[in-house]
Formats: sequence, C-alpha cells, structure tokens
Amino acid sequence: MSDAHAPLETLPRSLKILLGTAFLALAAFPFVGTDYYLQMVTRMMILAIFAMSLDLLQGVTGLVSLGHAAYFGVAGYALAFLTPPGEPVSLWWTLPAAVGASALLALIIGFLVVRTHGIYFIMVTMAFAQMVFYAFFDNKVLGGSDGIYINFKPEAILFDLENKKVFYFFTLALMVLVYAFLRRLLWSPFGRALAGIRVNEHRMRALGYGTFNHKLAAFTLAGALAGLAGFLWGAQSGYVNPELMGFHMSAHVIMMVILGGMGNFAGAIVGAFSFEYLLHVFKDLPQVAGFHLGKHWQLWMGLFIVALVVLAPRGILGLFASLLKDKSEKQGPQT
Amino acid sequence: MTNAHSAHDLLLRANKITKQFGGLTAVNEVSVDLRKGEIHAVIGPNGAGKSTLANLLTGDLPPTSGHVTLNGQDITGWTPEKISRHGMGRSYQKTNIFRSFSVWDNVRLSAQSRSQPMPFNPLAWLQQASHMTDVNERAERALELAGLQNRRQAMAGAASHGEQRQLEIAMTLATEPQVLLLDEPLAGMGLAEAESMVQLLLRLKPLHAMMLVEHDMDAVFALADQLTVMVNGQVIASGLPADVRADQSVQAAYLGEDH
Amino acid sequence: MDFVNFLIQLLNSVQYGLLLFMLAAGLTLIFGIMGVVNLAHGSFYMLGAYLAWSLAALTQSFTLAIILGTLLSVLFGLLLEWLLFRHFYKRDHLDQVLLTFGLIYVFEEMRSILWGDDVHGVTIPDVLSASIPLTETLSYPVYRLFMSGVCLLLALGLYLLISKTRLGMKIRAGAFNHEMTEALGVNIKLIHALVFAMGVGLATIAGMVAAPVSSVYPNMGSQVLIMCFVVVVIGGIGSVKGALIAALLVGLVDTFGKVLLPQVAGMLVYVLMAIVLLYKPEGLFKN
Repeated sequence: MSDAHAPLETLPRSLKILLGTAFLALAAFPFVGTDYYLQMVTRMMILAIFAMSLDLLQGVTGLVSLGHAAYFGVAGYALAFLTPPGEPVSLWWTLPAAVGASALLALIIGFLVVRTHGIYFIMVTMAFAQMVFYAFFDNKVLGGSDGIYINFKPEAILFDLENKKVFYFFTLALMVLVYAFLRRLLWSPFGRALAGIRVNEHRMRALGYGTFNHKLAAFTLAGALAGLAGFLWGAQSGYVNPELMGFHMSAHVIMMVILGGMGNFAGAIVGAFSFEYLLHVFKDLPQVAGFHLGKHWQLWMGLFIVALVVLAPRGILGLFASLLKDKSEKQGPQT
Repeated sequence: MTNAHSAHDLLLRANKITKQFGGLTAVNEVSVDLRKGEIHAVIGPNGAGKSTLANLLTGDLPPTSGHVTLNGQDITGWTPEKISRHGMGRSYQKTNIFRSFSVWDNVRLSAQSRSQPMPFNPLAWLQQASHMTDVNERAERALELAGLQNRRQAMAGAASHGEQRQLEIAMTLATEPQVLLLDEPLAGMGLAEAESMVQLLLRLKPLHAMMLVEHDMDAVFALADQLTVMVNGQVIASGLPADVRADQSVQAAYLGEDH
Repeated sequence: MDFVNFLIQLLNSVQYGLLLFMLAAGLTLIFGIMGVVNLAHGSFYMLGAYLAWSLAALTQSFTLAIILGTLLSVLFGLLLEWLLFRHFYKRDHLDQVLLTFGLIYVFEEMRSILWGDDVHGVTIPDVLSASIPLTETLSYPVYRLFMSGVCLLLALGLYLLISKTRLGMKIRAGAFNHEMTEALGVNIKLIHALVFAMGVGLATIAGMVAAPVSSVYPNMGSQVLIMCFVVVVIGGIGSVKGALIAALLVGLVDTFGKVLLPQVAGMLVYVLMAIVLLYKPEGLFKN
C-alpha cells in the first residue's frame, strides 16, 4: 500500500474531542429526531459497523477485499431462516448463530483467498462473493431473487427491539462496543502484526511471523463483524435479498472506508455516515429542465467517487489531518 | 569445501545446494559451513549468485537440489518464517524496513515475533503490545547494540541511509538468532559509519555464526575468518582468507580487477 | 448424452469460452503490462452490444455496425486512457479499484440516459441466419460458428502480433521494465495507449458479436466481468495463453455443468477456481 493511504493510527486530540461530541449528539438524537430520521441514523450506524469490519481488513492489514458484502448478507439471511413466519425468535442465540455463520464462511473463503496477493486477491474475493450471490439468487429454496421477509424483530426479553428508540440505542451500543474493541485490537500484538503485514509482509515473514494465519484470522474476524452488521440490517429492515451480498454493496463499503479515512476505525464511522448521507442527497435531487437529476443518482455518485480518488485519496479524516499539520507548520517550531 | 580444523560449533551447513531457473543455473552445488564465533564472508562479482545463495538459506527460495541444516535440523524446503523461528536472522542488501514506523517500532515489532501469541487467540486481541516487557527488553538490547538508542523516535523512512542500515541490523538482532546472514551491511556507508558497523560485527562475532556477503574488500579481509569466492553460481575457492587471496584462479577471476 | 447433443454442447462451450477469452485477453494484457485493474472492463462489452444495436438499426448493415462500432469504442478507449487511466498506472490497486468502480456507475448511467433501460434484440444478418442440420430434429446455428470464428481469428491475430512482430516484442518488453524499455528508445506511452486500445477493442467486438445471441440489456457488463476475472485468475495474470486455456476450461465446465448438474451449475466454475487456487495461487500459467 502506498503512503497515500498511510493511516492515522493515533487520532489527534482535536479529532477525539470532535468524535466525543458526535457520540453525545448521537445519544441525544432519538429525543429530538423524527421516526424517519431515527431509522436513517440507525441504518447509518449499522453500516458504520460494516465499514469498521472492512477497515480492519483493508485499512489495518492492507487486504483489499471486493467481496466483503458476502459476510454481511449471509448473517441477514441466517436471521431470516431462523425466524419463523409467525413469531419472533430470541436475540440471544440467533445473534451469535448469524455471526458464527458469517465467520465460518469467511474462514472457508479466507483459507482459499488469503494465499493470493495484490490484484489476484481483489479478483478472487470478488469472485467468491459473486458465487455466494448467485447461490442465493438462483435458488428458490434460499429465497431467490425476491429475497425473504423477516416478520418479527428478534426478541430480547430485557428490552423491546420492536421499539424504534430501543433498537436505535441497541445499535448505538453495539457500534461503540465494536469501535472500542477494534481500537484495543489495533494496539494488541495481533494488531501490530497486521499493521506490519500491511507495510512489509515479506519482512514480517523473514522475522518469523506466520503471516498466512494472521491474515486468515483478520479475514475471519472482519467477516464475523460484518455479520453482526448484517444481522442488525436484517432485523431493522425486516427484509433480506441477494443484493445485500452483491458487488455494489461490497463496493459501497469500500467507498465508505476510503471516504472517511482508513486504518483508525473512526474514519470508517465517518465514512459510513457521510456516504449514506451523500446517497440521500443525490437521490433527492430535484428535476431540472425536465431532467430528473435524482433518478440518475448513480451518475453523481460515480463522478463523486472519481473525484475523490483523484483529489482526496486519504479521505475526510486525511484532509482533516493535513489541515492540522499545515496549521501546526504555519505556527512555526514550538519547544 | 569445508575447513576441517575448526573448534567452533557448526550451526549451519549448506550441502551442495543448487538453484535452477528454467535453463539458468544461478547457484551450482554450493556448500557452505557457518560456525559459531566465525565470520564467513562470501564474495564475488555481481551476478555470481551470492544473494540467491542467501535466499536459499533463508527459505525465500526452495533449492532445486541439495540440503540445508540449521542447528542439526534439516530445514530444506521450510518456509522463511519457520526457518527464522529456528534461529536464522537475515539483513538485506536493499534496506527492508518498515518505513512508515518509528525506529523503535521497527525493532519492537521485530522483537515481538518471538513472543507472538496465536493469531486466533481472542485473549491476545485485548493485550497491549507496548506492555510486553520481554519484547521491550529484547528490542532495547538490539537497539543499543546497533547504536540507535538516541534515534528511536525518528521515522524509519526519514532516517539517514547509515541509520537505516543500522536499523536493518537491529531488526535482525531483535529476534535473537543464532545464525546471522548479512547481505552487504556496509553498502553505501561513509568511512565513519562503515567503521562503526565493522566494530558492531566484531562485537556480534563471538555469539553468532555469521555469513557476510560483501563487496567492500577492506572490511572483508579485516573481518573474515573464512572466505568463499563465488563466480557464475559456483564456488571457485574457499578457506582461510590469506590462502584464498593467494589463489591464482581467484586473483584472475575477481580480486585482480578490484585491487 | 448422445453424440449429437455432446457435439452441440461442445460447440457451445467453445463459443462461450472464446467469447470470454476476448474479454479476458484484454484484461490480462492491461493488468500484465500496465499493472492496472479495470473493473469497468465489462462496460466496454456492454458498450459494444449497445453500439451494435444502435448502429445496426441506423445503417441497416451488421458489418458496417461492427466496423463503426469498433472504431468508435477504440477512440473512446484512447480518450479514457489519455484522460484518466494513464495517471493511475503507478497508483495503488485500491485507487484503481475505486476509480474504475466510479466509472462503472458513470457508464451505466450514460447508457441509461443515451439508450434507456429496456432489453433489446439485434437481428442476425440474413447471410448468417441459417442453421446446419445435424440430425432430423437438431441443427446448429451458423451464427454461433461465426462468433467462434471471429474470436478465433482475433485470437490468432493477437498471438501473431505479440509473439511475431516488433511491436509485440516492445509490448512484452514493456511488461517487464518500463524504465528500461523507455531508455532503449521505445515510446512507452504509445505502447500503453495501444495495449489499452486493443483491450477495449477486443471487449467491444465481443459485445457486438454476442449481441444477437445474448440480447442487449443493462447488467450484461457486470455479469460477464466476473467470469472474466475467474478466467484471468485461473489462467494467470499477464498470460494470454493462460487466458485462452482458462477461458475454454471455464466454457466447458459452465456449459456442461448447466446440462449435467443444473442445481449446482452456477457454483461449478468457482469450485474450479478454488481448486486452482489451492495448488497454484498465481494461476496455471503465471507470467
């Protein structure tokens, strides 16, 4: 990976304060926001978990997976298969089961793909994800192209997930938990080794690290966390279809991570929120002189992505960090 | 060709290793012995196969034929990481560091390899790498040996060439290997830096079996206990430096041009 | 299955394989020589098909449509290379993935704006619309043989170009060492533009030639792209020979799979890829 993507592993203090404020805002939001926006922000938080899972793989370990959505979608489908049509199912075993399913799939596919490098890795992760996509798309037994409805949110007993505010806080708690866990992991010996693999895998091997196993562990863990997000998505939307495992979903999550800034997990959260928001903006564009701008949101999204890659490869947090650096340089040397 | 009368422990033996790439034989039935307390220099013109030989010993390349024994164990065909864990340390001709990490982090990460928990162990995901005292101690020792204590905060990619070469060695030392394979450690160094490096290598000698691939002839003759000359993938002379130097074929093929 | 059915499936396999080869060859050359991964490669295939439809309707001549279409898309490819791609040869694969993914979106929307979202058919020209009778009830369409023929001809042309001409030599040299080749006086920028144009051309011709058989529809690019990737992975990046053999292999496995094991047919090709990966992670014919 080039230095253009060298991540902000240690967040500058001002950024930490900003993020803290954002968290407080998120915690307060349900008391001021409408139901519609509550759902939207919940969805953003779910995608933030999804994006953080990819950041572990891409930002920290340097593995560009074009098929990460496979593990997202599989967990949603696991919930769909486990929920009977007439009654809800318990959260406390379906959540681990769904995450476990994603983790298992990631372990199997990971075992096959982690041995490849560079462009090969990108292509084979995409290929296997497409395989999973078509497995669901082509088979009526698995729901086919129509997908499956989840008629009841999982039952938690201690709290009621059918209540939108409760679901919101549940998701917020999980998002914060995942963030804290991943930040801790980043500075663990495992996390340090992954960073080393990103920077110079060859030297890591020469130093005695079993890089295959490390990459496989990262791939599996990332898949498991993507599964957590997928489970929440299925629970929230009540509907799963093969598109959740599709190429577009995989590409979207890559973009979220890049948009925010890779390698520190905070960027993934920022990126997920920004990307979803941007999508909304593009889709809501008005008609201008008979040309419906919003209908062609993909065009604007596409141009935005091209612009992003050309102008701001380190994403939003990267720009922020550059601004900080410039500011401190302008202030001159300080003792 | 091995030197029969040596009192030092034999730590690494390469026995008639050969490497063929299609029609090209890069290394042809080369045998090398590395003993503890000795520096065995390998010299030869560019393209002689010296780096390929190093790669064969570290597992970066599997030999086409022949065997390599490390600490009594046949390591032929082992992966580089397995060979490293078995006691092999290597430094590279082309500086192979973690450029975006600090000097300290480079050495710390190198030292960490010997205490690395299993990657699938979830408990290890919650440990703090910077709190691993045994790792920190090992890294500190390696840093001091290489003389980089005062440069620990510097970003490796921004350090001077000489410092990067020192870091290169420090990283290798941090894994506490028994065998040291050093590929042109003096490359690109100024006089003062080269002198420090030579002193370092002499300090390392008693504790390790060392193989030195080098072009700097002054350093070679100052350091080497054993000397092997390679030309076109083959060993044309091997033994005590004085004997090799006097060897007619070596003079003709190699030393004659340099001196 | 009896012999005639086997023959039909075999011909279908070869036809599908050769079509995939056209796309995979371009992709693998562009990877191997410029080091750039292009997710929008399938879009050129789609462009070809839509151009075939428009131009055939406009000019009333299939041949003219193919010639014009190829010209237009090659020009478009050269424009893209000059404007965007050539600035990305030295960048991260990640940046390239992003760029080309953005381009997919842009191309899809341009297609939607210019041609709409409906499915279209392209009529097979009369001269190629016959069928060769094989038994009393079964016959094989001449057009499919024509498709295979075109692909085979282009494959041969590519082989001769790369291995027997000076241009081919320069292309191969450029794959190994850009700076060295440039130092020897070869205009590496021109070579890159030519290789890119060739890749685009092959993909578009494939789309045009396939249009009468596969129809012209919005997602055709992404569907074929994934198969293309599988072919390149199995064959080995940068190896045109690998792409050919892998494409034929994929064609065989997919076609016979659909006939013999329809439940798992969609997965078979990926199983094939998985097996190759276990033993040769860099493809059958790594460069």
